[in-house]
Amino acid sequence: MNNALVIENLNKSYANGLKAVCDLNLSIKQGEFFALLGPNGAGKSTTIGVITSLVTKTSGKVTIFGNDIDTHFVKARRSIGLVPQEFNFNIFEPIVEVLINQAGYYGIPRKIAQESAEHYLNKLRLWDRRKDSARLLSGGMKRRLMIARALVHHPKLLILDEPTAGVDLEIRYSMWEYFQELNASGVTIILTTHYLEEAESLCRHVAIIDKGRIVEDTSIRQLINSMGEEIFILDLKTPINGQLQLDNLKIHMIDSTTIEIELSRETTINELFKILSNAEIEVLSMRNKSSRLEQFFLNLVSGHDKVSERSGI
Amino acid sequence: MLLNEKVTAYRTLLTKEVLRFLRIWIQTILPSMIVTALYFVIFGKLLGEKIGRVEGLTYIEFIVPGLILMTVITNSYSNVVSSFYSAKFQRNIEEMLVSPMPNYIILIGFMSGGVARGLIVGLSVLLVSVFFVDIRIFNITVLISVCILTSILFSIAGFINALYAQSFDDISIIPTFVLTPLTYLGGIFYSASYLPGIWKDIALFNPILYMVNTFRYGFWGVDAPLLKSYIVVLVIIAGLYLYAISLLRSGKGLKS
Repeated sequence: MNNALVIENLNKSYANGLKAVCDLNLSIKQGEFFALLGPNGAGKSTTIGVITSLVTKTSGKVTIFGNDIDTHFVKARRSIGLVPQEFNFNIFEPIVEVLINQAGYYGIPRKIAQESAEHYLNKLRLWDRRKDSARLLSGGMKRRLMIARALVHHPKLLILDEPTAGVDLEIRYSMWEYFQELNASGVTIILTTHYLEEAESLCRHVAIIDKGRIVEDTSIRQLINSMGEEIFILDLKTPINGQLQLDNLKIHMIDSTTIEIELSRETTINELFKILSNAEIEVLSMRNKSSRLEQFFLNLVSGHDKVSERSGI
Repeated sequence: MLLNEKVTAYRTLLTKEVLRFLRIWIQTILPSMIVTALYFVIFGKLLGEKIGRVEGLTYIEFIVPGLILMTVITNSYSNVVSSFYSAKFQRNIEEMLVSPMPNYIILIGFMSGGVARGLIVGLSVLLVSVFFVDIRIFNITVLISVCILTSILFSIAGFINALYAQSFDDISIIPTFVLTPLTYLGGIFYSASYLPGIWKDIALFNPILYMVNTFRYGFWGVDAPLLKSYIVVLVIIAGLYLYAISLLRSGKGLKS
């Protein structure tokens, strides 16, 4: 399978001396749904800025579907659609014009641009508001407008930089469905998000960037399998007084009817329930303390998890 | 990009720019008409009748070309500087920067918007002047060409100003402290031959003087150094264009 994006030895230093990206190497296969994660200031947005020509790189090479962004920038830029983190459309323009103008900048004639704008505004449930100024839209609608704008020229690589920030749950799930639909139709997607549940639900591959370097680049499945333990929260039917001790399980009492159990990957859920049954503890419900990816991410960036020492990755 | 795609991109940007200033015509077109009408009343009629003839023309005939050109200059400049800086400020300039549109189309697109506003406002002021003076046109080719070239020059200058600007203050400094003095000292209200000693020589470094004199020639046929004026304007346009393109290529004010 061909690569949608290849980044080789990318470096970016700012005038104030800050090295935002250091020798970054990354390749993303065509058709991939890829998560690019990292804490604030890790270098995600700078990397995306370089890919989309909004940031001038210091050194390195970036190719999009085999087209160098410096020497074949027309083909490279034509294949990318960007949904930036911050709203960056003209707030006084009617939203349909925002899309038609964007298509025009790609050389798409107005008539075809109108059809494309109608398609994507309908898909993102904005068609009824097409004549409104962009400033009149709600936060969630503005996000959807930026998604529609990024798609209006039918890119093969869609870059979503925090696409669902500030969006309510219902809209978020419908956006997820749409991203999956786009990906299934062949669009390669790169997603950055702080909602790690989002990355875990949508993406098949993840790269974690920290201090301008890629510190992890693997499949979500492998990443989760590599985790040492998982924390579950259990709601109990009957209150427990005092400290609870069960075999070698690490248990933390939150209150008399809620406990936190840290489970190593060697211990199965069946074994856990067997221990609980033997102790005559009835469980009403059970959930993960945080998304598994979130747990991994927190460990990684807080330095508690020695990635390089883990086996299997 | 193919040629037809570049034409589409240019047309998109130009249409957007023209619609922008037409939508807010009360701010962009009307004020120049009112201000110039006041100039005509006060300087042309009330004071002008006491001043007498300048270079063989009545005073109001003398100032009409300069006042029209002054509105062309200020409108071309301010249209591009405010529109481009707003696009930078709101970051919707990124819509163009991520697209395959070449830099020169971005420059020419904004410049054409400035030229369109300069010409529309210039024509509006010309129509106002008809109420005050009996307009005769001596050479329409000179008139139109000088008007367009002047508008192009100041549109590109406005573009460069917007590239450098980091705040809204920065887009008013050049018009206030450079453009306005150059315009008022550019022979709109007086003949450069009235200037004493060294000031006459200094005035020759003011490009607006050449434009105004040539424009006045287009109206009334009064003597003006046509060839020199065209050369001065074309050289400045070429220099500004190349400079603006080099700034765009380097990402000055646009890319980090």
